[in-house]
Amino acid sequence: MARAPLFLASGRGDTNGLRPAKCDIPGSRLYSAAALTLSFAGRAVRERPNRPVSGEGEDKVAMKDPVDVLIIGAGASGAAVAWSLAETKMHVLCLEQGGWMNPAEYPSTGRDWEAKFYGEWSSSPNVRGRPEDYPINDDNSPIKVVNYNAVGGSTVMYTAHWPRLHPSDFKVKTLDGVADDWPIDYDALTPFFEENDRMMGTSGLSGDPLSPLTHPPMPQQPMGLSGAIIGKAMNKLGWHWWPSDTTVATTDYEGRARCINLGHCTPACAQGAKSSTDITYWPHAIRAGVELRTRCRVREITTDENGMASGVVYYDKDGVEQFQPAHVVIIACNGVGTPRLLLNSASGRFPNGLANSSGLVGKNLMFHPYAQIYGYVKEATDSNRAPPTCLWSKEWYDTDLSRGFVRGYGVQFVRGAGPVFEAVVSEQKGILPWGEDHHRVFRKLNGHRLGFSAICEDLPEEHNRVTLDPVLKDSHGIPAPKIDYTISENSRKMMEHALARGREFLETAGASDICVNSPIPWGGWHLLGTARMGTDPARSVVNEWGRTHDVKNLFIVDGSIFVTSGGVNPTSTIQALALYIADQMKQRLANLFD
Amino acid sequence: MSEQMTLTPRQRQDLRTIAAMIIPSSEEYRVPGADDEIIQADILATLGRDTRLVAAALDHLARLAGMPLADLEPAARDSVAQQFRSSGGGAAATLVRVVLQCYYRDDRVLRSLGLELRAPFPKGHVLPDGDWSLLDPVRARAGTLRRAP
Repeated sequence: MARAPLFLASGRGDTNGLRPAKCDIPGSRLYSAAALTLSFAGRAVRERPNRPVSGEGEDKVAMKDPVDVLIIGAGASGAAVAWSLAETKMHVLCLEQGGWMNPAEYPSTGRDWEAKFYGEWSSSPNVRGRPEDYPINDDNSPIKVVNYNAVGGSTVMYTAHWPRLHPSDFKVKTLDGVADDWPIDYDALTPFFEENDRMMGTSGLSGDPLSPLTHPPMPQQPMGLSGAIIGKAMNKLGWHWWPSDTTVATTDYEGRARCINLGHCTPACAQGAKSSTDITYWPHAIRAGVELRTRCRVREITTDENGMASGVVYYDKDGVEQFQPAHVVIIACNGVGTPRLLLNSASGRFPNGLANSSGLVGKNLMFHPYAQIYGYVKEATDSNRAPPTCLWSKEWYDTDLSRGFVRGYGVQFVRGAGPVFEAVVSEQKGILPWGEDHHRVFRKLNGHRLGFSAICEDLPEEHNRVTLDPVLKDSHGIPAPKIDYTISENSRKMMEHALARGREFLETAGASDICVNSPIPWGGWHLLGTARMGTDPARSVVNEWGRTHDVKNLFIVDGSIFVTSGGVNPTSTIQALALYIADQMKQRLANLFD
Repeated sequence: MSEQMTLTPRQRQDLRTIAAMIIPSSEEYRVPGADDEIIQADILATLGRDTRLVAAALDHLARLAGMPLADLEPAARDSVAQQFRSSGGGAAATLVRVVLQCYYRDDRVLRSLGLELRAPFPKGHVLPDGDWSLLDPVRARAGTLRRAP
């Protein structure tokens, strides 16, 4: 190819050989000589920085200086890839549309902690409506998108449940004749799962016979009142259960305080016990020299006359349009934000959106439909006095065609709910009456809830997709994403199966007043598949190491590259993939664009 | 739909009436009703982003009642309340949720429920570690992870 290799001076083709030449810049850190001196086709040599720009990280080069690597998004995958690439000493810049979180303002610090879930701390960006949120038209989907926009991304607002995809999840076509195999296997990710578990700080109990072997550095969460009820009922039925791996610190760990059971952890942890990348990866990455610019929303990725990514156009914290040139661009915006950005980056050369010659950008959206069933036992449960999830089951994870569907689901058990949530939901379900009997019934329900949530594997279907809404725009006038999604017949059968098993479980536990949420309508936590990975450019968006087929200096590291979804929460696998792709980049520095 | 950002006196009156219908006071449990002055003040002070929908719900209620809700005979009031809940949609659900979320953080109510009057942070809660020998049957059954080619 005509273009000079980007990382020539530092790249020797393997990670161990990575020793970038030093170049001292006043007021700055070390830069790779290659990044500073190489000439790129059709573009000026990067200028020596002449003024620092104050930001939330360190003093940095002026905005018009190209950076070696530009990462879009500071969430689960963006943080991991930034941290991993920091050791190259390249100039790595991350642009994040949200800001830094302030734990002193987290819901659990106030008496109104539950009410906040319905407003500024809603999991739905459409309800939250903060300036850093972008609207999503999900009217044509029974499952609504939930996410969080900040440094840390949706790891700020998640349940911290930490299963991995199983080895069999990477070979579904071979094993079950559906969807596609991944171009990589579980073994390729194993070292990155382990590295990620150390960085995020996981707790759990090694040795689950039905899950991949893990080595959590901290012991599992306490069983609590709910865990004991769940375990006994599952034992009566002869069904598998096991303490969940979670990213809740059960001991002090790497500067994080141990969990003190503040209650429902999903909307951020004031104690800092729940792992989110703003308190795990980012402090390490910034200390290692990565620059993080917050409140910067990227509008589009630009390309040059060679069809290579040349940088991004973004709006800074003051709403001023900026152009940031870059030699490599990495997208880490999740399965909705990433296709939105690629589609918004359409140009004369890429009329259907960037990296979209396959036509698959935005297609094959997978959510994981949740089939939830819950009831009320006579004994007290943990209610709001514990992290919401503590145990899982893989009893129905693998394909058994006698069940009437292919593939399977994982189960996460739910410990309970707080009083406001209990009252609101039970009133809506019609089991908490108005009037005189309200008090008696509420006392029967509150503090006695037990839940069974099945995470059903969603298979890829092209009609489930993210497109650009023709009308809806965010606060910067950037077209918003539109979701079209239906639950497949296979998924419906799986959900029915799960609800039947859940009912058996609840009845065995002695529960009454059984209620169902199927699907959980505000359950679109897992945003997967919309820029899938593969070796065939006609059938995939990125190759087997995350580089887009069409643009050889453009990478994607978030959940959009999933080929299939498995039946578990995906964040652990998303981050392992991001670390794997970063490692691949480091190993291929000498010929990254070939 | 009402566009004002505060409730009118009539709306406040109806809010109070419907709140009492949702949660009346109870001598047995020693709790106030949701029409209690302190709880009503909390609702009005914290309506915030919910004001528009709550006002819309109260407009709908007023149309159903045709007069201040409190002035209706009890049977008619109950009938209006049922219609309100069944036909009020998201606005009615928001009104009910606002009443419940303020009621179930009131000190007197929490005390009656045996709950502590505090934010979760910084004290947290203590959880029993439990008897992990419950896992023995799972270990005994074992099972194997599905192999991938």
